[in-house]
Amino acid sequence: MIEISHVNKWYGPTFQVLKDCTTSVAKGEVVVVCGPSGSGKSTLIKCVNALEPFQEGQIILDGIKVNDPKTDLPKLRARVGMVFQHFELFPHLRIIENLCLAQEKVLGRSHDEAMAKGQKLLERVGLTVHANKYPAELSGGQQQRVAIARALAMDPIAMLFDEPTSALDPEMISEVLDVMVDLAHEGMTMMVVTHEMGFASKVAHRVIFMDKGEIVEDALKTDFFGSPRSERAQKFLSKILSH
Amino acid sequence: MNYNWNWHIFFEPNPTGAGTYLDMLVSGLLLTIKTALLAWIIALVFGTIIGILRSLPSKTASWVGFAYVEFFRNMPLLVQLFLWFFVLPELLPRAAGLWMKQLPNAPFWTAAIGVGLFMSARVAVQLAAGIASLPRGQKQAATALGLTTGQGYRYVLLPIAFRIILPPLTSEFLNTIKNTSVAITIGLIELTGQARAMQEFSFQVFEAFTAATVMYLAINIVVVTGMRLLERSLAIPGYIAGK
Repeated sequence: MIEISHVNKWYGPTFQVLKDCTTSVAKGEVVVVCGPSGSGKSTLIKCVNALEPFQEGQIILDGIKVNDPKTDLPKLRARVGMVFQHFELFPHLRIIENLCLAQEKVLGRSHDEAMAKGQKLLERVGLTVHANKYPAELSGGQQQRVAIARALAMDPIAMLFDEPTSALDPEMISEVLDVMVDLAHEGMTMMVVTHEMGFASKVAHRVIFMDKGEIVEDALKTDFFGSPRSERAQKFLSKILSH
Repeated sequence: MNYNWNWHIFFEPNPTGAGTYLDMLVSGLLLTIKTALLAWIIALVFGTIIGILRSLPSKTASWVGFAYVEFFRNMPLLVQLFLWFFVLPELLPRAAGLWMKQLPNAPFWTAAIGVGLFMSARVAVQLAAGIASLPRGQKQAATALGLTTGQGYRYVLLPIAFRIILPPLTSEFLNTIKNTSVAITIGLIELTGQARAMQEFSFQVFEAFTAATVMYLAINIVVVTGMRLLERSLAIPGYIAGK
């Protein structure tokens, strides 16, 4: 589904953020990407739907080359859902309007069709009563669930999550993770940048560990948590799992 | 001070034979309003286009925006009006220059366009600042949903940015109204022009300019009130000025 091969990316002439990254995500697979801050995990996931350009290598998404100038990027992006660390709901639109905007303007669905789909997804994430509120009137956890629903409204073939729980209070993390776990169990293809190792051990098939722009470890979940090969990953795990 | 106050002067017939001195001032007021409204529309349209150009990642676009803004904001308004009114027709091929000079209402069109372009540079800078103040994730979220750049601006960035810059835009609207008085120098007999004419005919300089002052104040109070109402009706619950 997602094929990342030999991707190199520089900011400016010297600072290399991604070094020869190669990995893939198969259909229905859940891959967790972890690593210390500044390791390039968010950058890598943003390269997948071309929110960030990269200079070398290639990424193929459902058979379409992302970094081909001829690719219709808006059309491609519409097929991949993305959830951000800071939710990024549109503050001037009501919750239900947030869910309808791209359905109508990008997919060309009728207003009624978009509304029906939006209502169904709000029900699914348990926020039907908030349909007519504005994002700033909801808690962080609720906003992130809306953001997931907004992405799902586009009937995506895969979902990208960029630290979806990092900006949330501890109490609200689980309500967001619950939605993501359900999604994983339904067979959604997911690439998730997160520090939530509990989530990783519960639903991930594979774990990718990045450090300084490189993919240091790309292993099955059991192998990664059981015995990471690299010293760097061992250190990282011992630190985050020690508390 | 040996001054002969005469507040009845407004109801005495003016020397043109068409109505009273008050009628003169009112016709000036109407011309001021007409000129200011047209100038403000021009300022908003061009300011929006240039403001968007300045916020785009493209180097060419931001260079065009930069050049436009610096051209129009670094020259005194008076000099700009002289340029458009006296110099431009001479620079054009003879026939075109002659056509311009003979345009009916040339001072009106020159004033509205001249003041409008002058103000558009200021609107552009404010809009660009408003767009720049939005979290980067807003643009990314719009892009990730598959909206094109144009749709992203139309449905997401501009509606929020304009709400943010409404208070300073109110000041610019007021400046536009006041700046139309400079057009007296190219022969536009707007409110200031009529007040001066009244003073010349009647020698009641204080009454004439008191009335003009009150009229300027009155238009500006209407504008301030109107903009305040607009702000209130567009406020987003829980966000910026919203409650």
